[in-house]
Amino acid sequence: MSMLEVRDLGVAFGAVQPLSDVSFSVGKGETLGLVGESGSGKSLTAMSVMGLLPLIGGRITAGAVEFDGQDLTKLPEKAYRKLRGGRIGLITQNPMTSLDPLQKIGPQVDAVAVLHLRMTRAEARARTVEILGTLRIPEPALICERYPHQMSGGMKQRIVIAMALAANPAVLIADEPTTALDVTVQAQIIRLLDDLVKSRDLALVLITHDMSVVAQVCDKVVVMYAGRAVERGSVEAIFERPRHPYTQALIGCIPRGLEGTERLTGIEGTVPTVMNYPSGCPFHPRCPRAEPICAREVPAFSTGGDSAAACHFAEVGHAKPA
Amino acid sequence: MKTSSMTARTLDAFARMSIGRAFASGIGMVAGGFLVLLVLVAIFAPWIAPFDYAAQNLMNANAPPGWPHLLGTDEFGRDVLSRVIFGARTSLSVSATAIAISMAAGMTLGAAAGYFGGFFERAVMTVVDLTWSFPDILIALIFVAIIGPGLTSTTFAIAIAYLAQFTRLTRAQIVRLKRETFIEATINLGAKPSHILLRHLMPNAIAPVIVVGMLAIGDGIVLEATLGFFGLGAQPPTPSWGAMMSSGTAQLFLSPWVIIFPGVAVAVTVIAVNLFGDELIRALDIRDRLRGS
Repeated sequence: MSMLEVRDLGVAFGAVQPLSDVSFSVGKGETLGLVGESGSGKSLTAMSVMGLLPLIGGRITAGAVEFDGQDLTKLPEKAYRKLRGGRIGLITQNPMTSLDPLQKIGPQVDAVAVLHLRMTRAEARARTVEILGTLRIPEPALICERYPHQMSGGMKQRIVIAMALAANPAVLIADEPTTALDVTVQAQIIRLLDDLVKSRDLALVLITHDMSVVAQVCDKVVVMYAGRAVERGSVEAIFERPRHPYTQALIGCIPRGLEGTERLTGIEGTVPTVMNYPSGCPFHPRCPRAEPICAREVPAFSTGGDSAAACHFAEVGHAKPA
Repeated sequence: MKTSSMTARTLDAFARMSIGRAFASGIGMVAGGFLVLLVLVAIFAPWIAPFDYAAQNLMNANAPPGWPHLLGTDEFGRDVLSRVIFGARTSLSVSATAIAISMAAGMTLGAAAGYFGGFFERAVMTVVDLTWSFPDILIALIFVAIIGPGLTSTTFAIAIAYLAQFTRLTRAQIVRLKRETFIEATINLGAKPSHILLRHLMPNAIAPVIVVGMLAIGDGIVLEATLGFFGLGAQPPTPSWGAMMSSGTAQLFLSPWVIIFPGVAVAVTVIAVNLFGDELIRALDIRDRLRGS
């Protein structure tokens, strides 16, 4: 059963439409990977789900965001506040600046349980210590008395995760939780999130641009490009038989370890900005397979097996990427 | 043994606090020490002053500094030293009260304007800027016209004169902090606006406001003296440094001590406040946050 379902989501800022036709769903104990280059609308999708668009002047123009069967797009701010941090947790990109520099760790984490679970300060602290323990933070009681500047990036990210988990949410959205961390810590954090999904039956939306992370922990994948979902499916289907040229290119970008002398590949060109989204298929200017129809018509999703791709040539299939 | 180690620990904790660090340098220690002394003098004035500040002795008017009147006497034969000591009370309490009112109002207005933005922000800032465009003396005169001369008028005049400064500074801090990731993170955790404003924004915004408040107390003392000089502030026989200098001008060449000592008191106090304020800015490491507000 899906905990969070986004259907044909469209977002606009005034006349600009940076997001359209984004759909996905996550169920309990499932991890969904939301992938794409920077500027493809991943974070904007997360903000839409959290109901934070009014804050930056945007609004949802189409589609629905359903949490546990409840449509969130028409939810009043006050009710939304109960969901945020309470039922839906968000882990932001930069743990270095996500904590109040003037407050000790303990009170910051406590505040979440006090707010959402109506706990007393003492109960909240006991819970904080317990959660910090499960996140494998050494000496959690001692850490509670520390200030954010006394801790490393990996530790801070764990604290941020602890805050997101403090009220026992059903859905967790992790917006590039490891970008600001160094590589060894990245692996630890990803493994931690994966364990949490399994042990707590969480629904996790993992926003990342790292395809190897997706391959390791995700069950389902949605590939985004220029504010649109271009391919979605099970992780096996996406990796074994990517049907959209953009997905193929992304997978082609994963460095293959021991093969040594092979040059790293990239995707030519850049993601278009909101102001100059191309007509038709947004990927056609960079697509090796593009034909005149691609510039004219937005391709519809065509389903095949365990995945669906928005490409005019999805059925035909493509040559394997170099 | 136990008490001494406790005292040592208290001192140690104080030294680690930012205000404690301001005392650490030579200038900070001298200026801060002087201010602490001045506050003590103001509080314990009745016990320190050698004479009654209002007791007249016309037989001994305009006596030069000497014994028993260390700083001489004024045109009514009142002891200048006692009047300077009691004048510290007036100056400090009027200035500190006025700045406290100004800070409280300015921080509330500035925080609300910065946080909520929009029309409310523009309305608040327009009104506040308007108060800034009037000269301080004019505002004081308006109050004197409404509620008559006296310390209440002076206090409100000083409070309004500095309102704009605190409002603008607080607003600038809040606007800057509002965009910080940890505020966004707090919103993501479902915090109410009141919680965000009081628990996260204000504590992070307060340091520069405190320093500006500290420096404003010095300016407040000068403004109080100015208003007193024009007879708009403390009414006789209440001693005020400004009023003393004003009455001293009549005997400037006959008995210069009547005007010199209160003048020195104003000058030294304001210099001490400014030097200590500078040390505080350094100790809190907020020099660049004070710019551009």
